Amino acid sequence: MPVIKDGQLVENDWTFIPDSVPLDGVSRPVVSLARWQGESRALLGRNRWLGLRLPNIADPAVIGAELHCFALIELEFPTFRDGRAYSQARLLRERHGYLGELRAVGGIGRDQYFFLDRCGFDSVRVAGDEAELACALEGWYEAMAEISVPMQPASDRRPPASSLRERRRAAAGAS
Amino acid sequence: MYRYDEFDSALVNERVAQFRGQVARRLSGYLDEDRFKPLRLMNGVYLQLHAYMLRVAIPYGTLDSRQMRRLARIARVYDRGYGHFTTRQNVQYNWPKLAEVPDILAELAEVEMHAIQTSGNCIRNVTADHFAGAAADEVEDPRIHAEVIRQWSTLHPEFSFLPRKFKIAVTGAARDRAAINVHDIGLQMLRNEAGEPGFRVVVGGGLGRTPIVGPTIREFLPKAELLSYLEAVLRVYNRLGRRDNPFKARIKILVASVGGDAFAAMVEEEWQALRGGSLDLPEEEVARIAAYFAPPPFGALPAQDTEFEAMRFEDRDFARWCRTNLHPHKQQGYAILSISLKPVGGVPGDATAEQMEAVADLAERYGLDEIRVSHEQNLVLPHIRLRDVHAVWQGLVAAGLGAANIGLVSDIISCPGLDYCNLANARSIPVAQRIATRFADLDRQHDIGELKLKISGCINACGYHHVGHIGILGVDKKGSEFYQITLGGSAGEDASLGEIVGPAFSYDDVVDAVETLVETYVGLRETGERFLDAYRRLGSAPFKEALYAGH
Repeated sequence: MPVIKDGQLVENDWTFIPDSVPLDGVSRPVVSLARWQGESRALLGRNRWLGLRLPNIADPAVIGAELHCFALIELEFPTFRDGRAYSQARLLRERHGYLGELRAVGGIGRDQYFFLDRCGFDSVRVAGDEAELACALEGWYEAMAEISVPMQPASDRRPPASSLRERRRAAAGAS
Repeated sequence: MYRYDEFDSALVNERVAQFRGQVARRLSGYLDEDRFKPLRLMNGVYLQLHAYMLRVAIPYGTLDSRQMRRLARIARVYDRGYGHFTTRQNVQYNWPKLAEVPDILAELAEVEMHAIQTSGNCIRNVTADHFAGAAADEVEDPRIHAEVIRQWSTLHPEFSFLPRKFKIAVTGAARDRAAINVHDIGLQMLRNEAGEPGFRVVVGGGLGRTPIVGPTIREFLPKAELLSYLEAVLRVYNRLGRRDNPFKARIKILVASVGGDAFAAMVEEEWQALRGGSLDLPEEEVARIAAYFAPPPFGALPAQDTEFEAMRFEDRDFARWCRTNLHPHKQQGYAILSISLKPVGGVPGDATAEQMEAVADLAERYGLDEIRVSHEQNLVLPHIRLRDVHAVWQGLVAAGLGAANIGLVSDIISCPGLDYCNLANARSIPVAQRIATRFADLDRQHDIGELKLKISGCINACGYHHVGHIGILGVDKKGSEFYQITLGGSAGEDASLGEIVGPAFSYDDVVDAVETLVETYVGLRETGERFLDAYRRLGSAPFKEALYAGH
């Protein structure tokens, strides 16, 4: 399944590998948290790109000191109603300083894209049929443009209304 | 009151356009009902028993005449000529067409209103003391920080898919008119020993099938750090709240399962990591918002008004209405005036478009253009000169809004019940109507005195029956409607949950049971003792005896 990343629809080059399956020959494997915790030395010894899938009940602090080991972290949305990964994403970005790719996987769609982007996700795996894929990118751009000024700070770079008001006050004071 | 700047306006207008797109995607079939549901809910659109229902936010219960007239217009053009004011300071329309909802939202946006987050598993419309800015006993107007919370919580990207809905209430005074102890978060403004204003924070109260009076998790939170602390509470809840069972998903279940102290410690840890960041509003921003809630231009008036006193002396009906519907104002020569939406035989909280317009006219002419919605499903004109009270009363009587029953047995809070709601087990509104009719004699009601009667048609407790002095809960017994009675609840600063008095009563018998309870109280009360105080002194025994002795 393709992913939307940096505003483009691209092929997914990461593969989630179940714990029982060897990683031989997989160039960009994504492993479970349990596997990482059990085999981290061996996984790092491969000296290749590594991705981690973090279950949405996990506290990001458990990997807070190891984030440099991952080029990708996948956070899970079992359904769009389950919003735990939004908090995980913000913690990874804002508290633990994770700089790699943060990907949303699961039952999310166009009407969650804006929230995902604001919480620090930079890619999302697109689920659905061909029709869904065809309009996914258009939906992404629509979603990004729907709200111009957010009302609270988050993990993105959009200045919230309170900052814009402060700038306006500063400008008024300077003139 | 608060006025939108270009950022507030932009968001609300963009939100209308966004929802127009979502409705179009639903109507075209791109979105199925399952995926559309959370989107419509975040815009206040419910699917009820007969039709869609639209719930419009009235943030912290404050509106002006222009907004009230718009609510009337919407009732007339898009609905059946009336609206329903709710226990959460919202207004509901029961018959809008889905395809027209975006137009209604656009009409609301024109007068700086919206339906954002009036339902769904997100931070709901924030509520506050309906006497804010007029009550003599407040530390500070609670609406300033209620507005701060409204902005922060609007389309919050992290907290739009919480385990369950989340309700925040703010009071500026020790006297609790906002029921803060039975909210997900309740905030009470107070001063610390140094005289600085801040908040006492209550978390995990609630009603529903697991009623709980919430514990205080922080005795004093500095005002400036409100948002970082709220974000910490919400983050702990979003991560750890149960999602396996919707009936166990409210924050109260999480708080009760780990204990208030342990929950407070979890919040504290998260807060220490969050505080001092960009959530702290600069003083200038708080001052900008506070300026909108500066006291209106009150006149310098004498404490007594001879005309008002004379009218009270001459007109018995007016005097009786004043006794229940007027409240002391902090400004000399003014009064707070409650408008009852509980006429005998009416639907609690309903108002016609004409009545809304009448209230708007009176507010504009006599009331410094302010109107409030109370969580007891009534309206309030918070700033009326004593000398104008009689004229306002005449205007209200002419509009069919003259009921002199605030706080009395017929001032009933009721959920919509089986007549409208697909969750209900039993009818609520007809029970409220029958009780009000039984006690229609106003002299008798005034003799009975303060008595808060609350009715819910099912265990979800939208009528707040747990905190009624007398609470009535509709239950289904083998296909027929029965009503369980609880006694001794209170939503105030002395919050308590009512206790079940005994076996439930049938639809036919429940009104007699209420009358028996009231007569028992009247027979046993001491001079000036309210029903609630008498119940607390006597316990349930005499009431049980009176209800069930013959059985």
